[in-house]
Amino acid sequence: MAVALAFADPVHEAQRTFRAVMNALARPGTIQPVAGLLDAPAPLSSVAAAVALTLADYETPLFLDAPLAANPDVARYIAFHTGARIAAAPSQASFALIADAASVADFADFALGTDTYPDRSTTLILQMESLMAGPSLTLAGPGIKGETTLTASSLPSDIVERLAANRALFPRGVDLILAGPDAVAALPRTTRIRSA
Amino acid sequence: MNAMISTATPSTAYNFAYLDEQTKRMIRRAILKAIAIPGYQVPFASREMPMPYGWGTGGVQVTAAILGANDRLKVIDQGADDTTNAVSIRKFFEKTSGVATTTLTADATIIQTRHRIPEKELTETQVLVYQVPIPEPLRFLEPRETETRVMHALEDYGLMHVKLYEDIATHGHIATTYAYPVKVEGRYVMDPSPTPKFDNPKMDDCAALQLFGAGREKRIYAVPPHTSVVSLDFEDHPFEATKFDHACALCAATHTYLDEVITDDAGGRMFVCSDTDHCEERRAEGHRGDLLGEAPAAIAGSAA
Amino acid sequence: MYVAVKGGERAIDNAHRLLATKRRGDPAVPEVAHAQIREQLTLAVDRVMTEGSLYDRDLAALAIKQARGDLVEAAFLVRAFRTTLPRFGASEPVDTGAMQVARRVSAAFKDIPGGQVLGPTFDYTHRLIDFLLEAGADIAEPATAPADDAPMPRVTDLLGNDDLIERNPPGDPDAPVGDLTREPLDLPADRDLRLQNLARGDEGFLLALGYSTQRGFGRTHPFAGEIRLGEVELEFVAEDAGFAVPLGTIELTECQMINQFKGSATEPPRFTRGYGLAFGHCERRTMAMALVDRSLRARELGEEAKAPAQDEEFVLMHSDNVQATGFVEHLKLPHYVDFQAELALIRQMRREIAERQNVAPREQQALPEAAE
Repeated sequence: MAVALAFADPVHEAQRTFRAVMNALARPGTIQPVAGLLDAPAPLSSVAAAVALTLADYETPLFLDAPLAANPDVARYIAFHTGARIAAAPSQASFALIADAASVADFADFALGTDTYPDRSTTLILQMESLMAGPSLTLAGPGIKGETTLTASSLPSDIVERLAANRALFPRGVDLILAGPDAVAALPRTTRIRSA
Repeated sequence: MNAMISTATPSTAYNFAYLDEQTKRMIRRAILKAIAIPGYQVPFASREMPMPYGWGTGGVQVTAAILGANDRLKVIDQGADDTTNAVSIRKFFEKTSGVATTTLTADATIIQTRHRIPEKELTETQVLVYQVPIPEPLRFLEPRETETRVMHALEDYGLMHVKLYEDIATHGHIATTYAYPVKVEGRYVMDPSPTPKFDNPKMDDCAALQLFGAGREKRIYAVPPHTSVVSLDFEDHPFEATKFDHACALCAATHTYLDEVITDDAGGRMFVCSDTDHCEERRAEGHRGDLLGEAPAAIAGSAA
Repeated sequence: MYVAVKGGERAIDNAHRLLATKRRGDPAVPEVAHAQIREQLTLAVDRVMTEGSLYDRDLAALAIKQARGDLVEAAFLVRAFRTTLPRFGASEPVDTGAMQVARRVSAAFKDIPGGQVLGPTFDYTHRLIDFLLEAGADIAEPATAPADDAPMPRVTDLLGNDDLIERNPPGDPDAPVGDLTREPLDLPADRDLRLQNLARGDEGFLLALGYSTQRGFGRTHPFAGEIRLGEVELEFVAEDAGFAVPLGTIELTECQMINQFKGSATEPPRFTRGYGLAFGHCERRTMAMALVDRSLRARELGEEAKAPAQDEEFVLMHSDNVQATGFVEHLKLPHYVDFQAELALIRQMRREIAERQNVAPREQQALPEAAE
């Protein structure tokens, strides 16, 4: 079976996707448009696919949550286009692709880095049905002038507590990239968060 | 030199912006980690570049990894666009990427710099990329990476405070005038690169994203926008930015960093803005320094 | 009048045009062809291939020509080219035991199976300038003998058969091959990365460090177990083919040092090893490398590490001449912004001292009055 197509112009599309992710992490809560990969095999979303193909390669083991792992085409698509190995456990992953974000595993199950190398941590790419609707969160911290608001539809109901626990580990911790239908937002480990 | 925006045709012999895509991905991943952990030095597999280590290979790799076809790039060294190494790096990107380059700070989307932060306040849409020779602020106090890494992990910065305090005891001042250490978001002590301490206050709560690349030492670090950057000091010896007794001889600015230019061997000297774009813009607005019209073109630029 | 280094593009272009003229030298003298460098300055080519980490004689020869004979600059050119090359994987380990030997000497035994082979060497030449070379005199044909297929086992393997020297740790075929050009060096480093670092390191730096160990800064009692020079087969396992495909032969120099023995109450003593390997004919560097490799094993062998050559961070962080030359030479870039900051501070501190000294005599005069 043929593997679905990816970037038509890999150099410039990957660069644009990266800049969107970079700006999202540098300015938590902002919505950064991304042109998704419409041929990505379900349930992998087009924007999550674009982010994964931009950042992952043979050096970065990648974890798939249960819905993504259930369709072997997803692993095949990722392996073909990035060369990344599929990580057996979340703690071994550089990136984790999460289709069912509301049920994402405890963040402490992922790589959190060490005190000497806090960068050796997992970046989670969480698929969101919407970045325009859903519960509102108030964000503060680096990248944010004062406070800002983020609205996302598919985060776990206890996201505030989870991110507070993650924040308490600083400089260790995971970083979240939220992949909406046509854009990304991000919650780096530095962001302080409360329900709006 | 005249303010200019130019476009070039990229050379097709190499990939866009020279680096291969795998290398860009590796650098991009390091940049994202650096943004998520402000002030922490992320190790990266710095590549051998076609320019010497110590001449901006870290900044060039960071710029190459973030640069896109629609960017407008400005490159400065010592605050000026026409210093030889700035010209050389700008040419490198013109040749390998074909992106538009500019000398106008306000027009640039990416500014690569060595030793200065532009005088004009940076904006939300800009990225400032610093070239860094020695990224480790503790390196001159403890030469071993194995030791300094643990100090950062334990947030043990006592050595740095001892050093600064010894300066005060010996000289009556903190004897650090450039690469003056800062604390980022209350956690990591960071080397701001060898910018003069005059520029340190500009890093605090800066609207632009600040990225730092050290090629030879293989480290990338970052300060996200609107992040707290505090110069280390003591209550009884607060941080003080360098002040000048002179105004710029060309544009009469009294708030800018000045270069001292020796004009003869009899003690003659003049002070002119280090940020050439800012100085030219002020002159275009009608500000006139004492020696405007008299200073040689090599100093005043063709806008004089 | 001094003019700050400004003026940009035209100055750079003019400087490079002048450089090209200087490189060519007197046009009345025939231009050197890169093939002449490749064939007649082979030791320079070998050093540039080794420090440039790329086995390509033609490219190294061209780099030497472009660099006007500056071998560090030539290695830099080769490195910058190498970094743009696609990477298909790692070759199979080369078997230096099966080397087609051109030269092979052991200082540890009078005679060894396969014999001592002097080969092309400066050893035992009298270092007298040969003015006949200037005239381009004909040279005698090299002496020949019938080909001898007698095996030439490595001296360290012979010692190993008697369990007199430590065994090389068996390689883990599944472990990835470390590559410090692809990952930042993490300390402490394993021996594979240390050897890679030394293999690319500056010959002068290795030579000085190796020499320092002989003079007592971390003595290791070395014997030149064996130095061999010759051609080895290079093989690559392509994933698709599933078997090793020969890529050709490369010339290597290998030095195996036999060092200070180790043992304990329960463990019988065995000699220890230091290892050096280089592209082409690089005898001095492989000997120095073997000395430094052995010194860097101090931690592993339970020796106190106090000499420079035993200090892993010091050696590994400063061995690379491309890094070193870049950073030393970057001092010629403009630094006037920082220097201005220093000038402002030093003037301020001098002014304050002068003010205090002017004040002090008046205070002294005031003192007697106060006492009264």
